Amino acid sequence: MRVEMFTFLLAGAICLGGALGVVLLKNPVHNALSLVATLFGVAVLFVNQGAYFLAAIQVIVYAGAIVILFLFVIMLLGVDRETDEGREPLVAQRPLAVATGLAILGLSLVALLSAGQRATGDKADLAPLNQPGPDINHLAEVLFTRYVYAFEITAVLLTVAVVGAVVLSKRTNEPLIDLDEFPEGTVVDVRRRADDAKAQDEVDADAEVVAVPDTEGDPQEGGDD
Amino acid sequence: MDPLLSGNVDLMTVVVVLLKVLVAFAGLLVAVMGMVWFERKALADMENRFGPNRAGPFGILQTLADGMKLSFKEDLLPEKADRFVFRLAPLLAVIPAFLTFAIVPLAGNFSNGNDGVVEILGHKTFMQVADPQMGILWMLAMSSIAVYGIVLAGWSSGSKYPLLGSVRASAQMVSYEAALGLSIATVLLIGGMLSTNQIVAGQYGLRWNLWMTGIVPFFIFIIAGTAELNRPPFDLVEAEQELVGGFHTEYSSMRFAMFFLAEFMNAVTMSAIIVTLFLGGPSGPTFGITGWISDYVLPFIYFFLKVLLFLYMFAFFRGTLPRFRYDQLMDLGWKFLIPLALGWFLLLATVRVAADQGWNLPLTVVVCLAVLAAGAGLLRAAIRNSEHAEAMAAGSVAKDASEVDV
Repeated sequence: MRVEMFTFLLAGAICLGGALGVVLLKNPVHNALSLVATLFGVAVLFVNQGAYFLAAIQVIVYAGAIVILFLFVIMLLGVDRETDEGREPLVAQRPLAVATGLAILGLSLVALLSAGQRATGDKADLAPLNQPGPDINHLAEVLFTRYVYAFEITAVLLTVAVVGAVVLSKRTNEPLIDLDEFPEGTVVDVRRRADDAKAQDEVDADAEVVAVPDTEGDPQEGGDD
Repeated sequence: MDPLLSGNVDLMTVVVVLLKVLVAFAGLLVAVMGMVWFERKALADMENRFGPNRAGPFGILQTLADGMKLSFKEDLLPEKADRFVFRLAPLLAVIPAFLTFAIVPLAGNFSNGNDGVVEILGHKTFMQVADPQMGILWMLAMSSIAVYGIVLAGWSSGSKYPLLGSVRASAQMVSYEAALGLSIATVLLIGGMLSTNQIVAGQYGLRWNLWMTGIVPFFIFIIAGTAELNRPPFDLVEAEQELVGGFHTEYSSMRFAMFFLAEFMNAVTMSAIIVTLFLGGPSGPTFGITGWISDYVLPFIYFFLKVLLFLYMFAFFRGTLPRFRYDQLMDLGWKFLIPLALGWFLLLATVRVAADQGWNLPLTVVVCLAVLAAGAGLLRAAIRNSEHAEAMAAGSVAKDASEVDV
C-alpha cells in the first residue's frame, strides 16, 4: 500500500509538472517533451492500477508515434523558435480557455465524488478487467465481444482518415513551387512542366519559354553548349 | 509473473532482485565491450586488415582504452545548443537500451517443458531481471523512447546536419516500428502470451518460433530490427558521407561515448530479443544433467552462442552491404515489409481459426494464399501506376530539357 501511494504521488507529480510545462514553456519542442512526460506519468499510473497492457500501449502509441510526429513536423517546418505569447490573435481566447478548463475540472470532480464506486470501481464497466489473470486477456475478451462494434467502427474511422490523407496529399500536375519566386531562366523545366499541364499544344517552339542562360552564368543551369 | 514477487517481499527478495540487476548491468557492459571489439575484428577480417591489435591480447582491451580516452576529452557544448535537451538526449538513448535488456531470459532450465525457474538464495525466480505482464511490449515501448534520444540530440545541437539526421531518424524508426510490431504479433499469435519467459518456455524442444511462424516474420524482424537500430545498411541517421556525423556531430567526450554505448548495447539487446522470440532463448538439450549445470551453465552457453550468431550477422551487414538511399528505405518499409508482415499475420490467424473450427486446412491455406496474392497484385499495380505517372511527368521534363539543349 505504501509503495502504491508513493508511486501514485510521484507519477502524479510527473503528470502535473508535464502538463504545466506544456502550457507554460515557450519553446514548442519543450512543450512536446513536457507532453511526453505527462503521457509517461499516466502510463506509470496505469501500471500502478495493474493495467500493464494499457501502460505499454500508452507509451508505444502516444510517446512513440504521436509526439514523435509532432516533433517531426515542428522540426520540418522550422517553427522550433521561442514564440511571442504577448498578444493573442483571438481576443476572448484566454478567458474562455480558463473558464472551460475550470468547468471540466469541476464537472469531473462532481462526477467522481457523487458517483463514487460507480465511476471507477467494480460496479463500473471495468468489472471484467478486475478479475485475476493477465489483463490483456480480459481486455481482448471484452473488446471483441461486448464492444466489438465500437472497436470495428473505430478501425473503419482510422482507415477512412488514412485514405483521406492520401487522397488529399496526392500529387497533381500543378507546379510544385511558386513560379513567381524564381527569376526568368533559372527554372526552365518547372516552367515548362506547368505550361505543359495548362496548354499542351501551345508549348512547342515558343520563344518565351526557351532557356535564357543566366547572366551570372550559373554552372548548373548555364548549359554546356 | 516472476515467482519471486508473488509471495511476501522480505529483505532477501530485495537482495536477489538487486543481485540480478547488478549481474545483468555488468554483463551487458562487458558484452558491449566484447561486441565493439568483435565487430572491429570481424570487419577487419572482411576488409583484409588486422584491426585492433595493440591493447591487450588480440587488442581485446581496445574498447576500454577508447572509453578512457573519450572520458578525458573536452565536453563541448555548442553555443546554439539547447542546453537542457542537449544534456538530456544521451541519457534518453542509453537508459532504454539498458531497460530493454531486463526482460531477456538469460538462463534457466527450459528443457522438457520446464518453466525456467531457478533457485537463488532459497528463493525461486527466473533468470531475467523482470518478467512484467506486458512482456515483449516493454521492448517496443522502450524502443519508442529511444527514438527521442536520437531525435532530440539532432535537434538540440542547433546545427543543420544533426537536424537532418534526426528528421531522418524520426521517420525511419516510426516506419519500421510498424513492421517490427506486426512480426512480433505473429509470435504472440503462436504462443498466446506476452511474457518473454512464457514465449521461451513455449519453444521447448526445438519448437522454435522460427519455423512455427513460417520463417517470414523472422526475416521481417531482422530487417526491421536492423533499421530500428540505425545500423548499416540503414544508417542514414549518421551517414558520414552526407551528414558529417549525423545526429551526434556536435557531441564529444562522455556524451558521445553514451551514444556509442547505446548503439552497441542496442545491437546486443536486439540480438538477444531475436533469440528470445524466434530461437528459443536459452533453451536447449540438457543431456539428462540436473542441478546448477543444467540451470545456469548449459542454457547460458546456448543463449550466448545464439546471440553471437546475430552479432556476427550485424557485423556482416556492416561489412558487406552499401547504404540504402532514403527513398529506397521508405519503399522497402512501407511498400514491402509492412504489407508482407500484415499478410503473413492474416494467413497465420486464418490457419489458427481453421484449426480451431476443424476446417479443411490445406484448402483454407490455398484460399488464403490466393486472396493474399490478389491483394499483393493490386498493391503492385497501384505502385506501378503511381511510378508510371511520376515517370511520365519526369519524362516530359527530360524531353523538354533535351529540346532546350539543342
